[in-house]
Amino acid sequence: MSPGAHLLEVSNLKVSFQTEEGVVRAVDGVSFALEQGEVVAIVGESGSGKSVTAMTLLGLTRSPNASFEGSAQLEGKELITASEEQLREIRGGEIAMIFQDPMSSLDPVYRIGSQIVEQIVAHDFQVSKSEAMERAIALMDRVGIPRARERVRSYPHEFSGGMRQRVMIAMALSCSPKVLIADEPTTALDVTIQAQILDELRTLRKETDAGIILVTHDLGVVADIADRIVVMYAGRVVEQGTLDEIFYNPQHPYTWGLLGSITRVDRDTTGLLPSIPGTPPSLVSPPAGCHFRPRCPHAFDRCTDVPALEAHLPETPQHVDRCWLSAMQKRDLRQVGDRIGLAADEPVIA
Amino acid sequence: MARFAVRRLASMVAVMFAISILTFLLFQVLPNSDPSTRLAGRTASPTQIAKIRSDWGFDKPIYVQYIKTMGKILNGTVTSYQQQLPVEDQIRQDLPTTLSLAIGAGVIWLALGILFGVLSAWRAGRWLDRGLTVLSLVGVSMPVFFLGAVLSYYIGDKARILPAGDYVALTSDPWQWFKHMLMPWFALSVLFIGVYSRILRSTILDTINDDYVRTARAKGLSERQVMIRHVLRNSLIPIVSLWGLDFASVLGGGAILTETVFNLHGVGQYAAQSVEGLDIPPVLVITMFGAFAVVLLSAVVDIVYAALDPRIRL
Amino acid sequence: MATDPAAVPGTEFSPGLPVGLASDEGEAPPGIGPYQLAWRRLRRNRVALAFGGLFLLMVVLCLLAPVYAHDIAHTGPNDPHITDVIKINGKPTNVVSTLGIPIGPTWHGRFFLGADATGRDIAVRLLYGGRNSLQIGAEATLLTILLATIFGIIAGYFRGVADGLISRAFDLIWAYPVYLLGIALGVSLQVGGLDLGLFKIQGNTLILTALIIGFIYVPYVGKPVRGQVLGLREREFIDAARQQGLGSLRIMFGELLPNVASTIIVFIPLILANAVLTEAGLSFLGAGVHDPNPSWGTMITDGIKLVPGAIHLVLVPGLMLVLTVLGINVFGDGVRDALDPRAKVRIEH
Ligand SMILES: Nc1ncnc2c1ncn2[C@@H]1O[C@H](COP(=O)(O)OP(=O)(O)OP(=O)(O)O)[C@@H](O)[C@H]1O
Ligand code: SF4
Ligand SMILES: [Mg+2]
Repeated sequence: MSPGAHLLEVSNLKVSFQTEEGVVRAVDGVSFALEQGEVVAIVGESGSGKSVTAMTLLGLTRSPNASFEGSAQLEGKELITASEEQLREIRGGEIAMIFQDPMSSLDPVYRIGSQIVEQIVAHDFQVSKSEAMERAIALMDRVGIPRARERVRSYPHEFSGGMRQRVMIAMALSCSPKVLIADEPTTALDVTIQAQILDELRTLRKETDAGIILVTHDLGVVADIADRIVVMYAGRVVEQGTLDEIFYNPQHPYTWGLLGSITRVDRDTTGLLPSIPGTPPSLVSPPAGCHFRPRCPHAFDRCTDVPALEAHLPETPQHVDRCWLSAMQKRDLRQVGDRIGLAADEPVIA
Repeated sequence: MARFAVRRLASMVAVMFAISILTFLLFQVLPNSDPSTRLAGRTASPTQIAKIRSDWGFDKPIYVQYIKTMGKILNGTVTSYQQQLPVEDQIRQDLPTTLSLAIGAGVIWLALGILFGVLSAWRAGRWLDRGLTVLSLVGVSMPVFFLGAVLSYYIGDKARILPAGDYVALTSDPWQWFKHMLMPWFALSVLFIGVYSRILRSTILDTINDDYVRTARAKGLSERQVMIRHVLRNSLIPIVSLWGLDFASVLGGGAILTETVFNLHGVGQYAAQSVEGLDIPPVLVITMFGAFAVVLLSAVVDIVYAALDPRIRL
Repeated sequence: MATDPAAVPGTEFSPGLPVGLASDEGEAPPGIGPYQLAWRRLRRNRVALAFGGLFLLMVVLCLLAPVYAHDIAHTGPNDPHITDVIKINGKPTNVVSTLGIPIGPTWHGRFFLGADATGRDIAVRLLYGGRNSLQIGAEATLLTILLATIFGIIAGYFRGVADGLISRAFDLIWAYPVYLLGIALGVSLQVGGLDLGLFKIQGNTLILTALIIGFIYVPYVGKPVRGQVLGLREREFIDAARQQGLGSLRIMFGELLPNVASTIIVFIPLILANAVLTEAGLSFLGAGVHDPNPSWGTMITDGIKLVPGAIHLVLVPGLMLVLTVLGINVFGDGVRDALDPRAKVRIEH
């Protein structure tokens, strides 16, 4: 694969932060690619490094205590080492981002309209203020904000969470980006609103040819929207494959755990219960070998070495994972009752 | 917005009423001595004391005393025993001086506080930040009357760069007014500059990590735009409301030390001179009006604050 | 009275993280308590420690005042030597010149830093004055912290009427400019003192000044304590304590107090610094410490009366005061940063 063949290609990206407690390896060798019109989902528990990965693409994690390795290229343009001026043009222009918490992602003291206009003007020096405002209204209309023409004059606190997230989406779309990153766009929202926002993203997917990176901790969210899925655990990619491969033939025990804990509408949602026993490891001093080892019921002596991220199934060479178990063992071990899950003693969801 | 303003002003009136009661209690009831004797002053004759007792109603029940006290204050018929003049006339005469001092100093401390705070945050951790931090810590550790005395000695008496004290009315000679006020303004400002620059510094450093600032960066704004339009604009909100409150408190009597050390005949110095002569009536009136001024201005601040920050405009 | 701009809650949602276990100092490595962590940070802050040392040095010096007076200067703080003549370089000199100008520093045991207008030894008065200033500051701080903690916790815990009354009282006291309230109390209590039934305080005493200052600053600490308790009482451990049948007193001072302790600790140096400054200001205005009792405030005031004749009478006590307060402030800053690197606490005049 020659560089530039993909819309976006991330290879062996590492991000670490110097902190008081030590060096936090938030992202530890992440690689994936994104094509035009494709949706790639990055899935993992809280703290697995999804947001850091996403934000690093825009240079938003740059700070004196951060250090970077590896590369991320947008149509062959290196992002990790891009100058501030290059980044400024890429941000919002070629790569746009929607953040997790719509309640705090808009500046409280400016009107909605002027915040969208601000982005349009930042990338289009020709446009007049009033044209930009018209575009802002059209965008708000497009993402389903009713009475957009009146509501451009509202302040963020006058909007509900879902509406604010729509504003964020409108803003992200304002300069027709090539890549759209949505970092847990629905996590902070009510279930019904979540569904609406996901619908909005689905429509977008059809209407634009942008590549979309959808970050989430809930595999259920990506079930019918993603083309490919990257599963992250403690800063590393542990499995990567197409939607079908991940859902129907998952190879990594951590993925099984995620699949087992998808909150089902037909059951009581006890979303706050950690459905994979234990907690993610410290990123300052993670366990040696496979990071998942302390929580993995299937761990054995080999797991103290780091497994490589490679394909284990000859028929799907693009489906890679990081686990020492053989394909056969995996097929047996992942079966919990009538569904896929992590070990038999998984807490029963009441 | 209008509803908010009306509500806020109504609660202000209630607080003023409570303040009038508390002030009355502090002066007339709490002390362990005869209020007539205290109000009459050191040199009073028994007949004078008796007159005060009946004038203020100290031989009557306590609520009559309160009503009489408030009546005298509101009518402007409280007199000082030292000059035997109505207190409120004197206050009216001294007010322009206090206003000159408060407004000038307020402008200086807000401007320099913001400037130093921004510089400090911008250079956080570098030598400029450290230098400014040291300066502001020294500033907040320095009693204003000590600073005033030292300044007026070295700059006024010794170097003769600026006049060492006294007040010249703005209306009689603006340039002299300015020259005479410069040192008092500066002396009064030092503490606030120190406080403001440090608050602004930490607010800015907090705000930089706010989500909407990240959004602003992600939009592709230049660092300058992010800093000025989003970080600074939001960080200034608490500073501006603080300024209103501090300004109110300086106007309401907080400049008393500065006025006294620079011999500015303002309301504060009037209070100080009355304290020196144990002349209680002026202190009573000034204390109450001072607290009133603070309450009134903080209501104004809240209303302005609501205008600045759309979140509380309900 | 103004709305707290920092009180806009964020909505962080992080599934998978054990709820309730994470304390406010969430980043603390396991096994290390928040105070240990703070102490570690403080120990690394050389500047704060140095200034803390400066403050301690001042305290020790002032405590040694009687020793200095007795063994080195051989005179008391209030002994006037207005008509004395001493030898400087073998030449007899009036302690106070015929023009009323006192001698400057002799750099000898007697009148090391010179004399004041009534021929009292400045160095001796400086140390005794510092003792008074620091004593008033300490007593006032103690009072403030005590009252603010008790009332703040009661208001926050019981809410309702108790909170209404206490908060209104805080607001009222807070509405008076500090120095105005100080002189109001100082001047009206100066003659007869204060009789609270249980105990009586004479006018014109150091403890009265301490009491006044301590009272003035109560709302500055009480309000934040109340605010914090309001938030804490909704947390699980308070519910748990209630379900165990613990009484209100036990909950307030056994459960809540330890949790607001770090806030209170942060306020102690802040109040101490301000109390010492306020004492000086009130004394300057004639509503604090009175002659012949020395304090740094009264000494600066006496000095100002002699300016431009003897600026050192202003400089010497003034610099002692500034250094002491600076020591407290820098050290206090270090303590605050150590306890909570992001805390914001302030007090105004
Ligand atoms: N600037 C930083 N300095 C130090 N550590 C950081 C920084 N940014 C992120 N981290 C750490 O990196 C780790 C990964 O964080 P990240 O935000 O990417 O997680 P996430 O997968 O997005 O989780 P969530 O679901 O909570 O958003 C976390 O442990 C976090 O504490
Ligand atoms: S490598 Fe070992 S520990 Fe890691 S997931 Fe596979 S079996 Fe579990
Ligand atoms: Mg995240």
